[in-house]
Amino acid sequence: MTDKTEGGDVRLAGISKHYGTFTAVHPLDLTIPQGSFFALLGASGCGKTTTLRMIAGLEEPSTGTVGLGDRDVTHLPPYKRPVNTVFQSYALFPHMDIYENVAFGLRRRGITSVKKQVDEMLELVQLGQFARRKPHQLSGGQQQRVAVARALINHPQVLLLDEPLGALDLKLRRQMQLELKRIQTEVGITFVHVTHDQEEAMTMADTVAVMNAGRVEQLGAPAELYENPRTTFVANFLGTSNLIQASVESVGGAGGDVDVSASGAKLRLPVARCSTTPRAGGQLLVGVRPEKISVVPADEEHTIGAGRNKVTGRIVDSSFIGVSTQYVVDSAVCPELEVYVQNIERDGRLVPGAEVVLHWNPEHTFGLDAAQSMLAGTTAVAGAEQLVEESA
Amino acid sequence: MSATAAPPQAAAPAEPPAHKPSARKRLVPYWLLLPGILWLLVFFVLPMAYQASTSVQTGSLEEGFQVTWHFRTYWDALTEYYPQFLRSLLYAGTATALCLLLGYPLAYLIAFRAGRWRNLLLILVIAPFFTSFLIRTLAWKTILADGGPVVAALNTVGFLDVTSWLGLTEGDRVLATPLAVVCGLTYNFLPFMILPLYTSLERIDTRLHEAAQDLYARPATVFRKVTFPLSMPGVVAGTLLTFIPASGDYVNAELLGSADTRMIGNVIQSQYLRILDYPTAAALSFILMAVVLVMVTIYIRRAGTEDLV
Repeated sequence: MTDKTEGGDVRLAGISKHYGTFTAVHPLDLTIPQGSFFALLGASGCGKTTTLRMIAGLEEPSTGTVGLGDRDVTHLPPYKRPVNTVFQSYALFPHMDIYENVAFGLRRRGITSVKKQVDEMLELVQLGQFARRKPHQLSGGQQQRVAVARALINHPQVLLLDEPLGALDLKLRRQMQLELKRIQTEVGITFVHVTHDQEEAMTMADTVAVMNAGRVEQLGAPAELYENPRTTFVANFLGTSNLIQASVESVGGAGGDVDVSASGAKLRLPVARCSTTPRAGGQLLVGVRPEKISVVPADEEHTIGAGRNKVTGRIVDSSFIGVSTQYVVDSAVCPELEVYVQNIERDGRLVPGAEVVLHWNPEHTFGLDAAQSMLAGTTAVAGAEQLVEESA
Repeated sequence: MSATAAPPQAAAPAEPPAHKPSARKRLVPYWLLLPGILWLLVFFVLPMAYQASTSVQTGSLEEGFQVTWHFRTYWDALTEYYPQFLRSLLYAGTATALCLLLGYPLAYLIAFRAGRWRNLLLILVIAPFFTSFLIRTLAWKTILADGGPVVAALNTVGFLDVTSWLGLTEGDRVLATPLAVVCGLTYNFLPFMILPLYTSLERIDTRLHEAAQDLYARPATVFRKVTFPLSMPGVVAGTLLTFIPASGDYVNAELLGSADTRMIGNVIQSQYLRILDYPTAAALSFILMAVVLVMVTIYIRRAGTEDLV
């Protein structure tokens, strides 16, 4: 494709969007490298779709500029931008057949011999035999593929996807995720994908920007975001985190570690994994992912190796979900510690009511600024935050 | 309650009849149709049959009319009054075209741009219906009165010179000219154009406009390729609701026109109520109905609305 050599990065410089007194997007700087699969991830109302629409030109930014490569496209109308969108509801033209829907963009640019390209594109999305059907005669998944074909046939510099898989059922969604990823690798066009599904973002994207209340909370590769969240929002929104309120006892002890204590438990974590600079005597939120924790019955505490973080507690709930068992453990440091244990050899003693010891490698512990809400990004709070934001 | 609340086991054998409904259940739709059918029978089919029979009668009011299968009445009526037929179709067609030209931008504005004024504008469109058709047409007589401000203004800007040259007005008069009749028709039937147009425009998902723009369509192209085709059901409904009653209208030609602007409605009215030639009046009515029916059928075929979603 010629586009690999042309085009360039998408550069958002200080773009923001206000609707009256409501700020949908706070001034935002973002560079999306050419050819990458970039995901904007966040709960509904976080400003991710508005950001996407500003790149498409469907929304004019209140401040800031949108650049494509070296070109400033901030004031270009959508029909002059080398950018195409796959809309959330597909927005296929109901009065045209599939062939004409796909040919629409080419015809608007004055290309008359479209047959070869349209046929090729319909083959790419495996809809060749449906060319003369009307959109309403296709299933949701097929319509979605038409929407992708209709946008891709124009070889845009950037393809914008606005929750394109939201209307599909789970199985089809997984299939389309792989399909889209395959197409992206094949055509090498920059994809900007908006989604509220963290699993979808992590599966598909090279880089994920987590958005919350009109701001980018954190940006990075999926594994980086998951392993090293810098805010409680990211820690909770992306997967699940156990957060423990702790006070710092000493910093830079053995090998640059931080020693903290929480309700009597002594825990240790590397300084490098703290998103804030810990001070002795200060507070720190200590986090650990549920799958990093091992669990043993209380009377086997002696089997745990030295130097591991240990917390005692009692199982209050356990649910078997096939590949793993999820335990909820009540402990002094946190009333609801989540622990995921792989179902390799199931220990019959680990039932609700059992006294247990949880332990994990201190390397797997991360530290966050204690000044923020521990609940940010959990499902219960997401809606409430949005309300506050809207009334502000 | 105890009779209907059957235990689950008893409900299972009752399922197969769901595919083969009982005689009583099968009759329900027909019972529901009955009141409407009866109404149409009494107030539509019977009068039509009566008119059809009248149209082939001969006689006079004094001697009474008798069915003599005198189909010649149709031919005579057509040859005598074809100018009025043609004029009716021309005036109605012109008024329909004007309604479309005036109504489309307004309906578009209300559907897409009016924001919180939408309901107010819709009420304003419907507002004329709160006054009788007759009163409104009479008001136009005052508005277009000779020497009135409207005519004076049109005269000053030279508009009437142009329309006189086109044969639409005579001298510095607007009343009693084709222009007045067409204006009256346009005014009276405009809401019947706007409302269906609005309904079909309002149903269009504005994301389709965005999608079209995203696919390199300029605003004018978006309208030509997306908005207008999708509003075709409204265009067809609006033109039919305007053209059909306008072609049979006689009030506008009666109040705003002259002997030279008589439409077929005026002829039928005078045949019925003044000349008392019932067979000719009935024959004219059926000819008008047939002509309109044929035109509408061709139009709908051409517009191809069945292809639209």
